[in-house]
Parts: sequence; structure tokens; C-alpha cells
Amino acid sequence: MQLAVLVIYLAALLTPWLFVQHQHRTAYMMALVPAALTIWFATHIPLIAGGEILIHEYQWIPGLDISFTMVLDGLSLMFALLICGIGTFIALYAGAYLKGNPAQNRFLVILLAFMGSMLGLVLADNLITLFVFWELTSITSYMLIGFNHQSAEARKAALQGLIVTVAGGLALLAGLVMLAAMAGSYSIQEILGTSEALTEHPLFVGMLICLLLGAFTKSAQFPFHFWLPNAMAAPTPVSAYLHSATMVKAGIYLLARLQPELGESGLWTILLSSFGAMTMLTGAFMAVRSTDLKKLLAYSTIMALGTLTLLLGIGTETAMIAFAAYLLAHSLYKGALFMLAGIVDHEAGSRDVTALGGLRKNLPLTATLVAVAALSLAGIPPLFGFVAKELLLEAMLGDAFHSFIYVFVMVASIFVVTVASVIALRPFFGAFKAPKEQSKIHEPPVAMLVGPVVLVLLSLVAGIIPGTIGQWVTLPASNAVAGNVVEGYLALWHGLNLPLLLSGISIALGLILYKVWDAFRQRLTVLDPIINRGPERGYFWFMDAIVWVAEWQTRWLQNGSMRNYLRTIVLVFVGLTGYTLLTRYQLHWNWDINLYFHELVTVSILVAAAIAACITHSRLGSVAAMGAVGFSVALIFILFSAPDLGITQILVETLTVILLVLVLFRLPSFSNISTTRERIRDAVVALLVGTLIMCLIMITIDVQLFEPISAYQIENSYTLAQGRNIVNVILVDFRALDTLGEIFVLALAAMGVYAMIKFNPDTAPGSNHYAGTLILAEKKLAEKDIIHSLEEIHQKMLEDQNIIAAGAMNNRNAKDDDDDDDESEDANTSSYDNDRPQDDSANSANDENEKEGKPS
Amino acid sequence: MEPIMAIAVGLMYAAAIYMMLRRSIVKLVIGLMLLSNAANLLIFTSAGMTRGAPPLIPEGAIVPDGIVADPLPQALILTAIVIAFGVLAFAVVLIHRAYNILRTDNLDQMKDTDT
Repeated sequence: MQLAVLVIYLAALLTPWLFVQHQHRTAYMMALVPAALTIWFATHIPLIAGGEILIHEYQWIPGLDISFTMVLDGLSLMFALLICGIGTFIALYAGAYLKGNPAQNRFLVILLAFMGSMLGLVLADNLITLFVFWELTSITSYMLIGFNHQSAEARKAALQGLIVTVAGGLALLAGLVMLAAMAGSYSIQEILGTSEALTEHPLFVGMLICLLLGAFTKSAQFPFHFWLPNAMAAPTPVSAYLHSATMVKAGIYLLARLQPELGESGLWTILLSSFGAMTMLTGAFMAVRSTDLKKLLAYSTIMALGTLTLLLGIGTETAMIAFAAYLLAHSLYKGALFMLAGIVDHEAGSRDVTALGGLRKNLPLTATLVAVAALSLAGIPPLFGFVAKELLLEAMLGDAFHSFIYVFVMVASIFVVTVASVIALRPFFGAFKAPKEQSKIHEPPVAMLVGPVVLVLLSLVAGIIPGTIGQWVTLPASNAVAGNVVEGYLALWHGLNLPLLLSGISIALGLILYKVWDAFRQRLTVLDPIINRGPERGYFWFMDAIVWVAEWQTRWLQNGSMRNYLRTIVLVFVGLTGYTLLTRYQLHWNWDINLYFHELVTVSILVAAAIAACITHSRLGSVAAMGAVGFSVALIFILFSAPDLGITQILVETLTVILLVLVLFRLPSFSNISTTRERIRDAVVALLVGTLIMCLIMITIDVQLFEPISAYQIENSYTLAQGRNIVNVILVDFRALDTLGEIFVLALAAMGVYAMIKFNPDTAPGSNHYAGTLILAEKKLAEKDIIHSLEEIHQKMLEDQNIIAAGAMNNRNAKDDDDDDDESEDANTSSYDNDRPQDDSANSANDENEKEGKPS
Repeated sequence: MEPIMAIAVGLMYAAAIYMMLRRSIVKLVIGLMLLSNAANLLIFTSAGMTRGAPPLIPEGAIVPDGIVADPLPQALILTAIVIAFGVLAFAVVLIHRAYNILRTDNLDQMKDTDT
């Protein structure tokens, strides 16, 4: 079975290569893969119908209890047959539908990848594996819905579908992990077989809600149903496949899969019944007021998904039988109807039923197929849809305590009959009406018709011999959902009973409603304001809110003001560390001061210089104060047994002061921008930090938690490393890698400094040698010297030759003087003239000047 | 000695943070330098301060005689001093460059030039 999934992915990989040689015929070849798999799965029908469960074990990540084990039982088998069977026809259909589209290979790759993911999803036994496939279907369906990526509408719909399903997927992951934690295993088979009462577990409610969020978003249950109709922006094969037969059924599959374990919970019953019934009614109602064929079908799909959820919620044995039958019936007729709607759209040029009419003369076969499929949708004998609907009504009646559901089911049944009539009659009967000319409308290629024909025939055959289909396909699935062997059978004729009567009533009322459909829709426009305020508005509101919150928190937290960042960081540090310090530790004030006078003087100079550096208004004063700080630190190092540190500090401090003197005086003098209040606030923050640091030192000096590791280094410095200066030995030997890193950092800093001094982005490429240095003012190229094109380079070369020929030597001395003037001007006023006119020879002369000046 | 040093280091930290909170970018650099000095002293102080016993091994001996100052913090600080200088040189040149292009030394005005 693992192979079955892999084969599809493999086919997806091969597609681009095949497409180069065989163009749209690739789709027909690729259809062979799911076709073969359908047959392979079909050979398992007798085995599974006999009550066997096929398990193919394969370890994936045993340490994490994640396996690639696959299980084939009645439910998986039915899904696998639908996925591969309908997938075959979709591939054929897509081959013709997208003929000549250069992106068809991309379409096929994603379609096959989706098929593989879906198959993996229904076969996986491990919750994590299931989740991986679940997300893969979300991602591949995103790419399929957004296939026409030039269309903004398609992109928007694809993103909406992705966000809704993936957000649900996130909740699902949490739910699955909780489920596994509760049941003690990630294997579905083991979870279903567990004897532990999960309902009593404290995590149960949270787990259930997370699971349902995942399943409901995927299966477009109210209030997440809005993404499904929008996803109709996808090409028709995608709608037919993803949004009728497979992807949206993934959520239903998951619910059905876990039904045996969770179905006994009261919360499960209530949530599934109420959301299912609500979805069913919403779907039916929205379908009745739509005129777009694909929208009609999409909303009726939502209705069907709601019905399936409702049946799982009811949870009786009859409901389980009805569930499997309804699922099969829906996949068969809905897949066909979507493909047929695509044909109508393709041939007649419109999907709006009010713009179509009388097409039966041009599309006789299509019209017939639509009529039969619609009969199944409406639940009229002898189609399989009727069998399913009878069972649904029977299950509903068997559920005594949800009387409101009767009303919902009846209203939905009536509406769905109307919808079926609209789909079957409007485009094909009456006077001819279509955007295209009548003579140009003709039946589509065979490849597009194969799928609908087979699916409609299956609906018909299954309706005529429901017992056989039930025995081999749907009842094993019902058994898997129920968790035990259900007593029941599928039949066209259940005798004269209440379900039959209700069925008759709904058909009659539905047909009456069809007669007044146009007027009815007009009346419904009154409700438009309410519908516009539906859940989709919530989605857009939510998306806007995300952007708004992101903007707000960016403005607030990431406001670009480094001082705010610093203040926040520092205050958090003081708050958290200070709190821990005060609550966890006792401060020992060890004022045992053992001090010499010269030490006190040094420390006093240090502190005084630091404070002076803060309060001085003169740049020179602050540099001098920094020098004093640095040299005091060096002195402290020397006084307390660290001669190496002292030497290094003195060297570095000398360099620092030179650097500061060089650079600081090229910057404007200190300005006093802050108000007194800001100063006081910052001073308070700074003193808080200072106090905390002081307390921390006071605590650490007395505490020695571990033996210092330097004991080893002191002992072995000479014996191992032949060095008498232990600090040096540590640097170049014991911790040589640290030093290497340090050298690397310095080299990087040097490169950065060099780059910033040498390279000037404002000048043209290749003219870096014109750029200024730190010591000398920067020179900018005049606009006329910046090269914009090859012709200009050529022109410039000619000019240069002329200048040299004309005696550049003559004006070099004069230019040098000019430059010196510029220098002093720059240094004095810090003025900056971007467009200072300079000719080429002046620049080259200046360059030499810089090179000479640099070493000083 | 340590309590006095603790107060001194605390004050240096305060001075450093205060300078880093100023709007003038030059003051930020001064703050950065104070901070690196303060951090070095922090490590130096909390390791314990020893007078007149540098971690050196006399000629002819294999280990130093008597107790010497802990060499490991010294090695760490030595690295830190050099790195701090690298950072400072980079920061100073960066500021110089930024000032040349933006013509302001006010950090709050610099933040609006991202785009």
C-alpha cells in the first residue's frame, strides 16, 4: 500500500519529462496510474467485505512512535476506490479540458501529488503520518485552486482556502497529539482498540474541540464553509475532484475514522449534529439562491458535507449505514455534475443558469447525463441517491431527541430537489440562450465525457442493485465507522413507510419551488444584508485584524528607536533579575574593606572620569575623560596581578583615543536635544541598572560554587605547553580556538572599516579609487563623470586621451592647492557639497594626494 | 577592595547606560566604550582580586609558587578588550559614514531613513 502512494508521487515526478514529448496526451497516460490502482484496490473488495483488515507495517521514525504503517479496512477501501477511480476520470478530463494550455504539465504534477497525498491520508495508520498527508493535501490544493495564478480572484480564493484549512490543521495537530497522549499511542488501530475511557480524561474536551476545528475547516462546515464556493475559481477538474469527491471529504474521513472511539461522547453527538445540521441548512439555502452552476454545486456539496457530519453525530447503526451510502452516492453524482458543468461552461461560454437555455439540442448526451445525475442528487428512484436519502431519513427518524433536525433535514431535502431541477432543466430546456452561437456548441471530446458517463452509470447501477453495492462496498465502510458489524442492508424499496412519504413530500415541494424559483430568489434578496454579514466577513475581518495587530505591534515594539529598545531590554533585565535577586537570595553586605590609598585614588579617578564623560559638553573633554577611564582601568589591572591586561589595555586605549580624535572632530559637536525630564528618566533607568550590577557583584564575590577550572591550567601551563605566562598559554594554547575566533572578528571588523572608508555607493561602479578616506574628506563624482552606458565609457576614454595629450601635468599643481582648500573648508564647517564640479584630472590628482596622506 | 569596586562598576554601568540612552550618536559611542570597560571590570572583580601575584611561573619552577591570581578571567578579559576595540573601530567608522550620508547625528532622525 505504501507502494501505491509512492507510485502516484513517482508518476508526478515523471510527468514533466513525459509532457515534453507527448503534450496533452500525458494526461491520458497518467490516468493509467490511478486506473491501475483502482483495479488493485478493487481486488481487495472481497477480502475486506469478509471483515478482514489489511495492515502493511513499515517503520518510519520508531523512536518517536511514528510509523508509515498503512491499513486497509472498509472505510479506507471505499475512500481509496473513490480517490483512484474518480482521479482516473479527472486526469482524462483534464487532458482534454486543458488541452493546449502550456501549464498543463504543472497541473498534472500537482494533481497527482494531491492524489497521492489524499490516498496516503485515508490509508495512514499513524496520526502523525496522517497529519503530514493532511497538510500535503492542503498545500497541493492551494496550488490547484490558484492554478490560474494570473487571476487575482483565484489567488485570493486559494489563499483563503489555504489559511482556513491550515489554521484548522494546526488545531488538528494539537488535537492529535492530545489524543495520542490520552490513548498512549499514535497508531489509530491501537487507539480504536484501547480500553481506556477517553471521555473521562481531563484533556478530552480540549482534544475534541481541536480535532473538530481541523475536521470542520477541512470539510467546509459552518461557519468555515465560505472557502469552498470561493475555491470554485479553480479549473473545473479541480473543483470536480477536490471539492466534491476528495479533499473536503478528508475532514469527514477523519471524523468517521475516530467515530468508534469518540462517538459515545455526548459532546461529540451534540457538536456534530448541530454543526452538521447547520451546515446542511446553510448549504441548501445558499444553493437555492445561486445561479452560477458551479456555485450551485459547491453549496449543495456543503449541504452534503453537513449531512454526513450530522449522520456521524446521530451515531446510530442506521446512521452509519446511511453515512457510507450517502458518501458514495454524493461522490458519484457530484463528481459527474461538476465535470458536466465544466462541459456546459466550456461549450456554451457561461455557467450562469439564467443566461443559458435550450442546450439539449446541441448537447444531447450532456443533457441526459446531467438529468440522470441530478435525479440522484434530488434522491429520486431508481438512482443510488434515492437509496441514500431514504437511509438518511430513516436515520433521522430513529434519532428521537433532536426534533429540530427533522425540520432542517426536510427543508434541505426540499431545497436540494429545487437545486437539482435547476441544474437539470434550466440550461437545457426552454428557448435557446447562450453567450456563444448555437452552431458552435457541440459535444465535447470523448475524454471529457468518459468520466461523467461512467459515474452516472455507476449511480444508476448502484441504484438498481443497491444490495450488492451495499454488501461489497458501503456496509464494510459502515462497519469500520461503527466499530462493529452493523445489521442492515441497502435496498431501493423499503416498503411504504414514513421515509418514503417524507421523500415524496420533499420532491413535490421541491418541484413546486422550482416553478417559482425566479420569484423566490427575488424574495431572498431581502436577506442579502444578513448574508453579507456571514462568516466570510469574519474571515476578512480577521485577516485585516492580523495586519492591524502586526502594524500596531511593529509601531509599538519595533519602532526603530534604538533608545526605546535599549530601555526596554534594560528594564526587563532589571525587573526579572532584580526580582529573582530580592526573592531568592539574601544580600550579604560584606563591607570588610581592605584598601590602600593609591587604590582608592585610582578608583576615584575612574569613577570621576566616567561621570565627567557623561556630563561634559565638549567633545575633547569627553575624549580626554574616556582616556582617563581607560588608563585607570589599566592601572587597576596592573595593581591586581594582571600585567598582561594592563599592557593590552594601555595599547588599546591609546589607539582608541587616536581613533576618537580623528573621527569625533569630523562629526558635529555635542548637541543637547533631550529635555530635563528625559534626562532624569534616563538617569533613573541607568542608576537602576548600576545598582543591580553592584548587588550582583556583591553576591558573587563571596560565592564560589565550583572549583575554578584554572587550577588545571595553572598546573599544566609549563608541563604541557612550555609557557611561563599562564594567561598567554591559555590564549594561544588551552583556548586557542577562542583566540582564532577573536582574530576572525577583528579581521571582519577591519574589512568592514576598510569597505566603509573605501567604497562609496554614490559613485559609479569602477570609480572606487575616487572615494574619500577617513582622514581626507570624501570626494564625490560630478554628475557628468558618472558613467551610464558603454558609449559614455568610450567617449570618456577619448576625452581622457585628449586631456593627457593636452598636458594634464600643467594643472596638477594648481589642482592640488584647490583640494587643500576644500579640505580645510570641510573640516571647519562640515559642509558637504554633492555637486562640486571636478574634472577628471582633478580627481586623479586628489587620489594621489590621498595615498600620500594616508600613512600619517 | 571588592565592595569599592562593586560600587565603581555599578556607577560605570549607570554612566554607560545613560550615555547609550542619549540621542546623539557620538554619545552612544562613548556609552559603548564605558560599557565594555565596565563589563571587563565586572568580570575582573567578580573573579576575586589578588594583589601582587600575577599568574606567572618563575624561572626554574614548574608551577607558580604560592597562590596566584586566577588566569582564566584574565584571558577572557584580554580577548574582550581586543574585541571591544574592533567593535568600537567599526562603530566609529559606521557612524562617520552614516553621518556623511544622512547629515544628522540624531538617532531618532536616522531611524526614518530605512527605505
